[in-house]
This record gives sequence, structure tokens and C-alpha cells, in this order.
Amino acid sequence: MTDDDVDRIDRNRRHFLTVATVVTGAAGAGLASIPFLASLRPSARAQALGAPVEVPLGSIQPGEMVRVLWRGRLVFVLRRDEGMLARLPETIGELRDPDSAVVDQQPDYAANETRSIKPEWLIIEGSCTHLGCAPLEDFDPRPVEGWGGGFFCPCHGSKFDLAGRVYKAVPAPTNMRVPPHRFVRDDLILIGQDTGAA
Amino acid sequence: MGRFKMIARLFAIVALLTASQSFAAGGAALDHVEFDPGNKASLQRGARNFMNYCSGCHSAKYVRFKTIGKYLELSEEQLIDNLMFNAEKTFDTINTAMPADSAKRWFGTAPPDMSLMARAKGADYIYSFLRGFYLSADSPTGVDNRVLGGTSMPHVLWELQGFQKALFSEHTEDGVTTHSFDGFELVIDGSMDSEDFDDFVADTVNFLAYIAEPIRSERRKLGVWVLMFLIFFWILSVMLKKQIWKDVK
Amino acid sequence: MARVEAEVGKRPEGVWGGLIKWIDDRFPMTETLKYHATEYYASKNFNWWYVFGVLAFVVLAIQLISGIFLTMNYKPAAVDAFASVEYIMRDVEWGWLIRYLHSTGASFFFIVVYLHMFRAMLYGSYKKPRELIWLIGMMIFFVLMAEGFAGYLLPWGQMSYWGAQVIISLFGAIPVVGDFLVETIRGDYSISDITLNRFFALHVIVLPLTLIGLVFVHIVALHEVGSNNPDGIEIKKNKDASGKPVDGVAFHPYHTTKDLVAIIVFLMLFFAVVFFAPDMGGMFLEHANFEPANMTATPEHIAPVWYYTPYYAILRAVPDKLWGFILFALSVLLPVFLPWLDRSRVKSIRYRGWMYKTALTTFVITFITLGWLGLQPATGTYVLLARIFSVLYFAFFLLMPYYTAKDKTKPVPERVVYHG
Repeated sequence: MTDDDVDRIDRNRRHFLTVATVVTGAAGAGLASIPFLASLRPSARAQALGAPVEVPLGSIQPGEMVRVLWRGRLVFVLRRDEGMLARLPETIGELRDPDSAVVDQQPDYAANETRSIKPEWLIIEGSCTHLGCAPLEDFDPRPVEGWGGGFFCPCHGSKFDLAGRVYKAVPAPTNMRVPPHRFVRDDLILIGQDTGAA
Repeated sequence: MGRFKMIARLFAIVALLTASQSFAAGGAALDHVEFDPGNKASLQRGARNFMNYCSGCHSAKYVRFKTIGKYLELSEEQLIDNLMFNAEKTFDTINTAMPADSAKRWFGTAPPDMSLMARAKGADYIYSFLRGFYLSADSPTGVDNRVLGGTSMPHVLWELQGFQKALFSEHTEDGVTTHSFDGFELVIDGSMDSEDFDDFVADTVNFLAYIAEPIRSERRKLGVWVLMFLIFFWILSVMLKKQIWKDVK
Repeated sequence: MARVEAEVGKRPEGVWGGLIKWIDDRFPMTETLKYHATEYYASKNFNWWYVFGVLAFVVLAIQLISGIFLTMNYKPAAVDAFASVEYIMRDVEWGWLIRYLHSTGASFFFIVVYLHMFRAMLYGSYKKPRELIWLIGMMIFFVLMAEGFAGYLLPWGQMSYWGAQVIISLFGAIPVVGDFLVETIRGDYSISDITLNRFFALHVIVLPLTLIGLVFVHIVALHEVGSNNPDGIEIKKNKDASGKPVDGVAFHPYHTTKDLVAIIVFLMLFFAVVFFAPDMGGMFLEHANFEPANMTATPEHIAPVWYYTPYYAILRAVPDKLWGFILFALSVLLPVFLPWLDRSRVKSIRYRGWMYKTALTTFVITFITLGWLGLQPATGTYVLLARIFSVLYFAFFLLMPYYTAKDKTKPVPERVVYHG
């Protein structure tokens, strides 16, 4: 072999080894980063605290709403009375998404006229879909204004009806979210879980 | 290289000097128990023992039932039926029902949490402690303990072990009299013979050693992979270094 | 990458080359890389004592990264701290690994730094013109000791609390200002939640930033004069026609590839500990610290973590609170003066006489023995031994002007000794 041949083999070997080492090092660095990034995920305690919340319904009167916290988020549990249920269809024309076409905002069992499993009980996240403020109760109808009752967000004036559906011409783009939930018994709901046993 | 040999010899001497039998603070020699983390049956028994005999007073407040259930290969039903008395959810931690301030009033000091006891005191200590109660007329609980003299813990396992008394002998040397511990003598039988009782305590200590660091077996498994990767990486780096340094004269 | 290296000095073509030129017109990127890496010449005869500097840098990186992720979950309040560490160990995904990286890294930091300092003593790396590098290095050492001390309080275990109690009380020995100083450091009348919170601020912000700044300055000072080598010869005195030291090789790729081998070997040892023996028999994670701090019960046996024990042994050897403190402080400070205590004409131990070799060997034995003694209870023969070895420790430094001047040295060669 000539000196040039030896040189070429050396250079190729050198190049191969450099690439092999760099690739292995990069792979190692990538694998090493996994634990750090994974540690950012909700911890076992967060998962424990983020567990479903039970809400007993027995003491809630028709027309009354209670606020509960699930995963640190506000959830409204509203027992709609007959008047409220009757007024629901009246303002449909004013709504941006009357048929709950935006599927992300509610589970399948809440994609109906009352946006709930049982018509009487509205379970909805108390978070305006504009920028997250907590909407205020505004259940009394004001026929003069065409207001059938619902929720009003004080931050930028968004309005929602008694099924949490958003009005047209307000900043909020979508209906209020319905969280996963189920009826454990007629007088007990579990917010945060809709399948299987507790 | 003379100085390095000297230093190496020194390290060896130091290592030998520091290796010693485990002793409790205060000098009681401890009996040895093997930590057997792979023995799931033993850990299951230990968990049962802990929940039934210990958790009335001692919490293990950093340990979640769910974690134990998974490692001990218990189904959720088995976990709830056999181990969870006060807790509602499997992700709850092992807490004790005894209020801390009442415990302090009754015993003088709140029963310590057990989550890390095996790492703080060692398995041998706990093993010797649980088997080290003996009858003592002066104590409010009727017993004392050769590993932790003056303990306010009663002999909770008396039904299993029975009661023993401690034998002491006196030695007089140069006018100084010392008492030394000479072993136990069983005076009231329990439901278990001494071998079975030792196994019972060994299972319990095994469980305590496990909960002190639940991640132990997983970290050792992972370590093997990490070292294998590094050996491979090392070989590559040596080859690269030699190649690069070839032209240095 | 290989092609760019080969054509150093010639601007590379293409999009990549264009980007490099755009940056170089606005920032001294290529210039800096050349000055500090591809055209920084260090001796070709470095042995393995020379890797501990870069290893210290690697440990610093490990501590910074693991530390940041620990801070995301740790709670610096007396009521929460201990529990938050267990939360990290059990509930946070991979939290146990991050914790063990940090606790193992702390011990390895001192192993590496002590070996790094020892290299300087072997080869006279602190001698002219490198005195400033040594001084900055000593400052790094002091900051590191403070950093470890502050960090050790954070888990709020029995040893954390009582160890801090003992060491901070030490400062009370200083006449006149002692008590005022102690109260100011603590922020309270005894070690409390207030102390914990401020030690957290020190450990996470103040001292790391200082450390990073000092390391930067340390390396700049080194590169200004160039590295020493095992023969103690100044390679810049012998340059070839193009101005390169004949005994030097470019830092990159020669020393970078060699350091990579050392780094991987280090990582093997490091991870072996992390995954198989993070407690290290109670030396790296002390048994007593698995019990939460109890202000009413002192553990039977208080000892600082192993890396402080040599100095602790000296402190305890002196039967007087004030003088113990003074001698302890002196023992930490004395190495600062090595560049001026060492009167030898020769830098490297390879060319020194039997006096220095004996003195240095004795010093190593002394330092290790003092370390071991610091872990034992201060009773019986241990006390006598600690006193003897403390005297030997001080003798190494205080007698140095004499034995280094008198020592018979060997002639130093012109070129470094390199066997390929």
C-alpha cells in the first residue's frame, strides 16, 4: 500500500469514528433528557388530587346552582327548573352553535338540546371560552332585551344560555365545556369520570 | 509509582477499619436479617403484618397503596379487601387513624412514621427491636427493649411471641462491675414458636425495607442498561482518540 | 465537520459558510473557537491527572441541570421540605433519579476537585505565571464548600439541622462580633424556617451564579498563560516556524477526544454509584438524614459530610473553641499561599528531590487520615491521632519554604517527555 492509500484509509476511518461517536453521544444525550422532560408530567400526587369529585345532589333546589372544584377548575352544577327548561328553545336563533357542532366542547352524551345526561341537571365548566374568566349567574329572564337567562362573563361581555351555549356577536367563540361526568345514583354525580366503577 | 502503592495500601486499611458489624447506638449488637426484595410472597405477608399490627399507631405517610399493590402483584380487590382499612382510594397514602397529639399524650412521644425507618436505622435494627422486648416491672407498658432502652412502645406482638425476660450477667474486673446482656428466656408462650415468630418479623422488616425505597429494583435494572451503553460508547471513544492521536510524535 | 476543520483559516463556501460569515461579522464566534479550542495549544504529554478540570465542569453541569429540576418540586419551608424530597423520590416521575444525580454529584464534585487540586501540587501548576489561576481556583473551592453546606440544610433531615446548628455556632467563637454574626447568618435565634429559606436562595441563585462566573474567569486566566504539563516545562518557549509550540497539540481535536474517553469512564463510575449504591453506605446519603429534623433530639453521632471531615478533624483536635476555629479556618486558607510557600526552582515532582516527595506523600496520608478521623467520635486514641495529623498538616505548608529551597532538584529537560 502506498502512503496515499494509508492516508485515505486513515481519513475514512477517522471520519467514520467521528460520526459514530457523535451519533452515539447524541443518542445518549437524547435518552438522558427523557427523565428530565418526563418529570414535568403531572406527578402521582397531582393525579391523585386530580381524581374525580363526587357531588351529592339531594340538597340542591330547582333553580339553584352549586360550584365545585375539579382538578383546580370551577364546575357549575345547575338544577334547572321547569321555567328554565321551557325557555331554552326560545333563544336558539341568537346562538352561534345551537347544535353543539364543535365536538371538543362536550362528550357525546351532552351533544343534545339540554347539553346534559338528564335535562334537569346542567354540569358545566365555569370558564368562559374566550379567555377563561368565571362567568356570573344571570338566570332571570329579561324579555325586553331578549334575554332568556344564562351566564354573563364580566371580563369582556360574553353571554351563554342556560345550557352554556354561546351567543352570537360576543368575543367567546364556543359553547362552555361540559366535563366528563356520570350519575352514580340519581342523587349523586361523579365529575371527571364517565365510564366504569369508581 | 511508590507513592501510589502507599496510597492504595492506606485506602485498604481505612476500608477494613470502617467495615464492622452493625451496632445500635448505645452498643447493643444487632441480629442480622437478609433483605429479600424479590420475594413477593414475603412482602405480601409483611404488608399484611404492617397494616394489621402497626398501622394502628404508625403511619407510612409517603407510601401510596397503589404503589404497593402494583409491586406486590395484588389486584385492586385484594388491595382494598386486605390492606385498606381507613383509606378510601388506592392512591391514598398509608395514614394512621390515631391522632398525633393524643398519641403524644398517651405515649410521651408520637409513634414515628415508618416510610423511611429502614433507611434511617437499618433493617437489622428494626428486626432486633421487634424481637427485643422483655418484661420490666418498672415500665408503664410492662416491657422494655434491649435495642432501645426506655422505649414507650408496648409489646404489640405479645400474642404471637409471648413474653420473654432478659438475662443479665455481672462481670467484675479491676473493681469495675459491668452488666452484660446474656440472652432472653421465654416465660409466657405466644401462639408462634420462635422460628415462626422470627419469620413473621423478617417478613415485616422486608416490607419496611421495601417501602423505604420502592424504586430500588427498577433503578438497579436500569443501571445495567446505562452501564452497557456507556461501555459501548467508551469503546468508540477510545478508538476515536487513538485514531486522532496517531499523528502525534 | 471534518472538512471545515481541515480548512481552518479558509472561509467555507455555501449556505452554511454564508451563515457563519454573517455571525462572524457581528460576533467573534470563529475567532473565539480558534483562540480557545482549535488553535489553543496544550502539551501533548498530558497524563490522566489532567482530566479532572473538565470532569469538574461536567459535574457542574450535572448539578446545575439536576438542581433546576429539583427546584421545580422542592419546597423550601421547614414544614414542607422533608416531605417534598420524599414527594420527589416517590411521586414525581423520574424524581428519584434526579435526586440521586444531585446527591451523588455533590460527593463526586469534591472527589474531582480534590484530585484536580492535587494535580497542581504534583506538577507545580500554581507556580508563576499561574498564581492567579490558583487563587481563582481556591475561591471556587471556598464557594463550593459554602454551596455544599447550604445545600445540605435543604432536605431538613436530622443531620441537615444539627450539622448546620453545630457549624454555624462555630462562628460564635469569633470574639466581639461572633454572636451578632451567628444571628445574622441564621436570621433567627436558632436554625429555623427563616434560615432554610435563605439558604435555599444562596444555594439556588447566589452561589451557583458566583461559581459559574469564577469558573469562566478561571478558564480565561488559564488560556492567557497556557496550560502547564507533567514536566513543568513552558511549551511556549519552543515554537516552530509557524509559531506553534513544538510540544503542543491543538486542544480540539486532540484534547477534546482524549477528554471524551475520560468523561465516559467518569460517567461509568458516576452512574454505577447512582444506580447501584446512591447511599454509599451512609457516606453520600447519611442514615440520620432519613429522619425529619427534630429540634428536641440530637443524633448520637453528628459528623459533617465526608468531604468536610479533614477540616472538621482539625477543628475538633484543638481543645479550645476560639483556637479551634482559627486553626480550622487557617487549614482551609493555607493552600492559597502555595505559590509563595513553594520555593523550588522546578515545577514538576518528576524533577524534585526526596524532601518534597516525602512531604507530599505525608500530606496525602495526613489529609486522608484526618478525613477518616473526622468521621469517628472524638474519644480516646482518635483525639491523639487527630492532633498528631493536624500538626503534620500544618507542617507541610509552614515548613515548605525551607524544604523546597533546600531540596536537590534534577535538571529539567528542554522538551516534554512523550512516549506516544
